[in-house]
Amino acid sequence: MANYSTSDFRSGLKVMLDGDPCTVIENEFVKPGKGQAFNRARLRNLRTGRVWERTFKSGETLEAADVMDFDMEYLYSDGEFWHFMMTDGSFEQHAADEKAIEDSKKWLKEQDVYTVTLYNGAPLSVAPANFVDLEVVETDPGLKGDTAQGGTKPATLSTGAVVNVPLFINIGEVLKIDTRSGEYVSRAKS
Amino acid sequence: MWQPSCSHDAMKARAECYAQIRAFFMARDVLEVETPLLSQAGATDPLLASISAGVRKKQYLQTSPEFPMKRLLASGSGPIYQICKCFREAEVGARHNPEFTMLEWYRPGLSLQQLMQEISDLVEAVCGRSGYEILTYRQAFTDFLGVDPFNARLETLQELAFDKAHFETSSDNPMDRDAYLDLLLSVCVEPQLGKTVPCFLTDYPASQASLAKTALDEQGQLVAKRAELYIDGIEIANAYDELTDANEQRKRFYHDNRVRQKLDLDVVAVDENLLSALANFPDCSGVALGLDRLLMISIGASDIGNVVCFVNEHA
Repeated sequence: MANYSTSDFRSGLKVMLDGDPCTVIENEFVKPGKGQAFNRARLRNLRTGRVWERTFKSGETLEAADVMDFDMEYLYSDGEFWHFMMTDGSFEQHAADEKAIEDSKKWLKEQDVYTVTLYNGAPLSVAPANFVDLEVVETDPGLKGDTAQGGTKPATLSTGAVVNVPLFINIGEVLKIDTRSGEYVSRAKS
Repeated sequence: MWQPSCSHDAMKARAECYAQIRAFFMARDVLEVETPLLSQAGATDPLLASISAGVRKKQYLQTSPEFPMKRLLASGSGPIYQICKCFREAEVGARHNPEFTMLEWYRPGLSLQQLMQEISDLVEAVCGRSGYEILTYRQAFTDFLGVDPFNARLETLQELAFDKAHFETSSDNPMDRDAYLDLLLSVCVEPQLGKTVPCFLTDYPASQASLAKTALDEQGQLVAKRAELYIDGIEIANAYDELTDANEQRKRFYHDNRVRQKLDLDVVAVDENLLSALANFPDCSGVALGLDRLLMISIGASDIGNVVCFVNEHA
């Protein structure tokens, strides 16, 4: 793979640091008028999600990370792996392990499309769309007429996720959920 | 991206700033001069990258107007100032543009202490920040890092660089003592300076003297007679009690070029005209002030792109 110098560090650049693929978040150039230049960078470790702060001597290089994002359809799980298929017509399939789907497990719905990040050709992480439509499979009976007042109750969705929903929601309804906050947005438009 | 990167208000602020500076020096009988931007000789400092230009023979765009201005002083010009463009390759960031505007002035007969007062007067005239404090390099490192920069072991500096600045020492990328001090200064000290009142950092390590005199401080430590001005954690100006010893200056230039060779950098032609001129050079203090940064402070901008019409990337 190619190497990137500190002056190439831009937001979104994927590089290897301490053996892990990382994405550059920020890069600040500092230099005393007379003296050595440095770059202060913040990077997100794509394996752990943790944010690292690191200072590099300007001109230092890091190896490029073989990391690419692809749209893939979720097919099924065999208990050990979660299987995804490219949506580019190639029908190429990739098996993600528990660690890769950890953060998005509760939003996984068969036939929906997810962003799968491949690192050296294998799924590193899976991200759902910002909004997903999911069916309510369990919740207390809806209170008729109570559409304006506040108050929420927990509802279990088809994927197993539990979200707080308004009191008027019934089993069988399809809801629009914001996966970033895990919050109810509205009833899904049918 | 054809539009300017700064507002029309910022352009006006720059024009007003130049007018104030010219009035300030007119009142003090300091002569405005203009010297060439292109020169056969360049800055030898291994940590400054000159931009080369010239078709028939190699020339450099200046990194500062210091050398030709010093030749004028040696010729008996008396006090002089200049507002001009300077060029430093690969310096790009929120406070750096590879092409930037410098205000540089020289005061024969004035001590570094007297010059600090004058710099403070100018800063007050241009951006209303009055008064100043003086902090030695040693005291700043003691206050903010709990370490004596002159006597600390290299390993101590390396540990601090790791703990405080997230810098990993690696054998692939060896750094000398001054580079570690630069790192700690940039990351841990500078952001703390000049927060309430503008701050001059003085008495740098002698190894960082560049074109300044050296002298013993109260503790018998050889220090560089430099004063760097900081406002709101930003380095604004660098003042010297100017070195007048041609032999010592030649030694420093040659040393720079030896370091350049070791680092596989181009050797830069030493300015023989400057070295000849130093024979007639008056006792003098001088300062280089980054005008773009002073404008940033003046109008409260956080990026140099907010005070120049077109940043280098879109020039």
